Amino acid sequence: MRIKNHPILSFDTEETIEFSYNGKKLRGVEGDTIASALHASGIKKLSESIHLKRPRGFYCAIGNCASCNMVVDGVPNVRTCITPLKPGMVVNNQVGKGKVYEE
Amino acid sequence: MIEKDGVAPLEMVMKEFPDDKEVLINPKAIIECYKEIPCNPCETSCPFDAIHVGEDINARPKIDFDKCTGCGICVYNCPGLAISVRQLQGDKAILKIPYEFVPRPEKGSLVNVVNRNGDVITEGSVKRVQEGKNQKQTCLLHVEIHRDFIYDAITIEVPRGS
Amino acid sequence: MKNKEAVIIGAGPAGLKAAKQLLEAGAHVTIIDRNKKLGGQLVKQTHKFFGSEKQYASFRGIDILEILVQGLKPFEDRLEILNETSVVGLYKDKVVACVKHDNFFKIKAKSIIMATGASEKHLPFENNDLPGIYAAGAVQTLMNEYGVKPGDKVLMVGSGNIGLIVSYQLLQAGVDVVALVEAAPQISGYLVHASKIKRLGVDILMQTSIKRAIGKDQVEQVEIWELDEVWQGIPGTERVLGVDTVCISVGLAPLTELLMQIGADVEYIRELGGNVPRIDFRYETSIKGVYACGDVVGIEEASSAMVEGAMAGIHAAHDLGYTVEDESRKLKVLQEELKFLRSGPHAAKVRAGYTKLEVKT
Repeated sequence: MRIKNHPILSFDTEETIEFSYNGKKLRGVEGDTIASALHASGIKKLSESIHLKRPRGFYCAIGNCASCNMVVDGVPNVRTCITPLKPGMVVNNQVGKGKVYEE
Repeated sequence: MIEKDGVAPLEMVMKEFPDDKEVLINPKAIIECYKEIPCNPCETSCPFDAIHVGEDINARPKIDFDKCTGCGICVYNCPGLAISVRQLQGDKAILKIPYEFVPRPEKGSLVNVVNRNGDVITEGSVKRVQEGKNQKQTCLLHVEIHRDFIYDAITIEVPRGS
Repeated sequence: MKNKEAVIIGAGPAGLKAAKQLLEAGAHVTIIDRNKKLGGQLVKQTHKFFGSEKQYASFRGIDILEILVQGLKPFEDRLEILNETSVVGLYKDKVVACVKHDNFFKIKAKSIIMATGASEKHLPFENNDLPGIYAAGAVQTLMNEYGVKPGDKVLMVGSGNIGLIVSYQLLQAGVDVVALVEAAPQISGYLVHASKIKRLGVDILMQTSIKRAIGKDQVEQVEIWELDEVWQGIPGTERVLGVDTVCISVGLAPLTELLMQIGADVEYIRELGGNVPRIDFRYETSIKGVYACGDVVGIEEASSAMVEGAMAGIHAAHDLGYTVEDESRKLKVLQEELKFLRSGPHAAKVRAGYTKLEVKT
C-alpha cells in the first residue's frame, strides 16, 4: 500500500522500524506515524467504539477526532495519527476507554 | 454543463480560440478558465505581456494572440492546469499540455488522447517531454494529433489505479 | 511556570506568517503545534496555489511551507518551537497548559495568537464509522505526507476544492477514483479543478449522495443514490459501487474549543463554518491580547490565512510595544490583498459570514 512512484513527491519505502501490533511484528518507515505504518501494513481497524464495539479507523489524521486512539507502550488513548513511530513500540488495540491507572 | 460535470461545451471552448483559425499556424496559448477565481500567475509569468487579468485578480484572463508566442510558460504556471498551447501544422496539430503523472510517456510513444469528458478520441504521438526551469514536477508534453481534433483534445489518458 | 512573550498556537500558514511579523518587529516568539513538522496542512498540499505572487501563487503548498519556515531562520535566537505539543488548557490570565509526550507544563504569555485552524466535518449515513471512511484531507495526509495509499478504489463525497483536489492527488498516487458525488445541484469548488479530474475519467455526479457503506470490519461497497430538490434520497435510484475507501469532503469547522475555554466571545456563523470568535478589525478577540487568524476565524483558503496571520502578527507586535516598520502601509497592502482574495463569486459565503459577524475588513 506504499506509494512507490509519485510525480511530485519521493518517499522512503524501506521499512526499517520494527514495532509490535497486537503481539505481531510489523515494520514501518522513518517518518511514519503509528497509524500510517499500520495502514501501510493493511491494518485499517485501529480502535473500537466504547459501547457497541464497532470497528473504527482513523478519520481526521490531525489528532483531533480520537477515532485512532490505541494503547501504545501501555498508555491508552494515544492519538496514533500524529504520534511518530519509534523502534520497539508496543501498539495494541484499545478496549473501552482504556485504563490510565492499574488498580 | 460545466457547472455540473466540469465539461466545457464546445461552443464555450471555441470562444477561447482565435477567431481566425489560421492564427494557429503559430503556437498559441488557449486559456480555459471559465469562472472567476482569485488567481493571476498566467499574467505575471508571461514574458511577453500577452495575458491580462488586471488589478482585481478575480477577473478572467484575456489573451492577446498577437503577443502570444506559444512558449508554454503560462502552461507550467497555471495552478488550475487550465492552459494548453495549440498549433496547426499541415494536417497535424501540436498540443502542448501540462502533465503531472508518472511514468511520463517517452518521446516517440503513442498515447491515447482524450476530450474534456475523458473519452478517448484519437491517438497521438509524443514529440517532446519538456521540463520547466522552475517547475520540474509539471512537464509539458508535446503531442501530435490530427488537425481535426484541435478543439476537442485536452490531455492524454492516464492509467487508472496503477 | 515560564514567562513567554508572544505565544502562537498552531504552526500552519496563519501561525507562521504571524510569527514572521512578530519576530521582525523584535518580539520573542513561541510556536506550539501538536504535529512534529511545522506547516499545518501545507505539509501535504502538493498542488499549486491560486492567488497572486504575494501569496506565492503557482508554488505548491509544500514549497510555500519551505519558504515560510526559511523566513523564520534569521530570528532563531528569539524563536522557540514546541512541536509535538498539544495545548490542553487556556486561561484568562494567558496561562497556556501544554502536554509534550509525557510532560505537562504551563507557560504564561503576554500575548496569544490563536491559529488553530479547522477540522473536517463528517456526514450522517448508515455505517459512516467503518474503517475506510476518512476525511478527504486525512487521506491527503496519509498519501502525501506518509506515502501510503488509502486503498485501491475511492468514492469521493463532496465537490468543494478539497474534494476535487484530493481526487486529482489520489489519481496521481495511482489510486482509482470511481466517482465523485455532490448533494448540491452544482460543483462548489473551482471548475478548473473539476475539469482536471473529469478529463481523466472520474464520474462527477450532482444531486447524488452516499446512502450507506457496506462492509464488516471495513468498507467493501457503498450505495449511492440521487437526491431530490429538497436534498432527500430518491428510492429506486440506489446504485452499489465497489470501493474500499470513502473520502468525506463536506466542509470544515473552525477549531474554537480553546477560545471558548478562555472565555472569548464566540458566535455560530454558518457561512464561516461554525463557531468563530468575535474579532475586531485588528484580529483581536474579546479578550485583550488574544488574537485569532486563519481558518479558526472562518473557513477560507490558505492564501487568506497567510494574509490574516501577517495582520494579526503586526497588531500583536504593536500591542506588545514594538515598532513595526512601515506599519500602516504594510497593513494597508495586506488589507488590499485580502479584499481581492475575497471579492470573487467563490468567496460570497465568506463575505456574508463576515458581514454577519460585523467585522470591518
